Amino acid sequence: MVKAHSIDDAVTVKELRKSYNTFSALDGISFSIRKGEVFGLLGPNGAGKTTTIKILSGISMPASGTAKILGYDVVNNPVMVKQNIGVVPETSNLYPELTCTDNLIFAGRLYGISTEKAKTGAKELLHIFGLEEKRNVLFGRLSSGMKRRLTVAASLIHDPPVLFLDEPTTGLDVMSARALREVIQSLKDRGITILLTSHYIEEADRLCDRIAIIVKGKIITIDTPEALKKSVRTEKAVDVKISPYTPFIEKEFSKMSTAVKYEKREEMFRFFIEDLDTFMSEFSAFIKGQSLSIESINTVSPSLEDAFVEITGLRREIMIQEKGGGK
Amino acid sequence: MKGALRSAFFIALKDMKAYYFKPPNISWGMLFPLVFILAFYLRSPIDFAHLIPGLLSLSLLFSTTSMEAIVITFERMTGALERLMLYPVSVTTILLGKISGGACFGITVTVVFLLCLIIMFPLHLKNPLLFLASVVISSFTFSTLGAFVSVSVKQVFEAQTLANLFRFPMIFLSGVFIPVNSLPSIIKPIAYIMPLTYSIDSIKVSFGYEPQIMHPLLSLLVLTVFAFIFLELSVKILKSRMS
Repeated sequence: MVKAHSIDDAVTVKELRKSYNTFSALDGISFSIRKGEVFGLLGPNGAGKTTTIKILSGISMPASGTAKILGYDVVNNPVMVKQNIGVVPETSNLYPELTCTDNLIFAGRLYGISTEKAKTGAKELLHIFGLEEKRNVLFGRLSSGMKRRLTVAASLIHDPPVLFLDEPTTGLDVMSARALREVIQSLKDRGITILLTSHYIEEADRLCDRIAIIVKGKIITIDTPEALKKSVRTEKAVDVKISPYTPFIEKEFSKMSTAVKYEKREEMFRFFIEDLDTFMSEFSAFIKGQSLSIESINTVSPSLEDAFVEITGLRREIMIQEKGGGK
Repeated sequence: MKGALRSAFFIALKDMKAYYFKPPNISWGMLFPLVFILAFYLRSPIDFAHLIPGLLSLSLLFSTTSMEAIVITFERMTGALERLMLYPVSVTTILLGKISGGACFGITVTVVFLLCLIIMFPLHLKNPLLFLASVVISSFTFSTLGAFVSVSVKQVFEAQTLANLFRFPMIFLSGVFIPVNSLPSIIKPIAYIMPLTYSIDSIKVSFGYEPQIMHPLLSLLVLTVFAFIFLELSVKILKSRMS
């Protein structure tokens, strides 16, 4: 049940549906995003994330349901919606034949900003996004990471209170993705409300205040990353690294009564246990008896990935596939 | 309204900056009419002056429709057209911007040709105001035709092919080479549903020829109606395709 529109909500979506021929892209999704919140839509490819962003951006019409941005209806008042949002689409689709500066100025002009203000804004954004040296370089000649950063910059030229980021780091190398995540974090610190779609679980965990898990056009659950992790019914586990390692030691582990089972994980052993205290007592005695020593020992907490797998019933690999990777 | 026109202006300006000198535009927009003009001049230099109004109109048709085929189709392929939809501007404004860019290109090309022809031949423009109005309105009409063709297809080559389906019959049936009045009566109705026919007729009058179809101001009105029809169809098609 979705609560009524609150003055603190930047985005409210109620029973949104969208179909493409017989394919149901969105099957009655509902959620709200509080002002200043980073809200993640997490799901595999084809789950309905981009369709949601397109409807909220006013470029695609829903079959039914309502969506409001800062109180403006996306169907009835698309111009006001567009004035208040910045959108970073899945692909970095600025104009390859224009320079970085010209792209930003053009975006500013279409938001109704005066040319002078657009020029000042472009200069500031190029500085913030570390692209000052590329200001006169054609967009088409930038690296993927730089293109992505400039696309984010273009979405901020009119200083929008709400930002939609559709798969912002897809296709980027590790360093570029990390740099972009830092930019998103700084936007969050500036109080911008952000709707972020991703199929990278770790990214959603790191950046989002709340996450909606979406599969086949339906939202399965909405909660904070911490609450999602806590909801996972995983066995307690402990990772232990011992030295010196000898192969025969594994046979001895099976004699321990406090370990339900164990797995060898690279240089470590993971013990699945029922009670940490009783396991630690028995394990310490065992190590002493075998004349071994403990190099490291860590309790294992469930990850958001564990939560996702348990909640959705999907395989982990589903989320690793890149867009179009399976085609 | 003012804001929409301002946005359309900036879209047209951006298109000019980004696309005007791409090879396909130069080849289809400028070289093709130029080759046509040269071919007919070499064939019959004495009668050539009579063909000039028709050839000028033809250059408008080719330059504008080629521009639209490149700009709109290319931007749909790259997602840049979808990006334009993210701005607080209507689909009509976006297309008006695109169409204005194409029309400006057509007018520029035609004026360049006209200047070349004035230097080469003793041309007498009897009604420069009518000539200017005909060129501007024809340009916008042909540009809307180009937009209509471009939003109906997916690839640039498909747009050029479809545009040729409209352009080539017009070359032979709109009075460029054979006056519409001399056409067999069974073909005449086809000439009357072609915008190029009205463009040529009004441009011919500006050069001092007698109107063949109707008063030139009525021809310009018909061209304007064509422009509205093509624009409206383009907006509808683009909206449904983007959604």
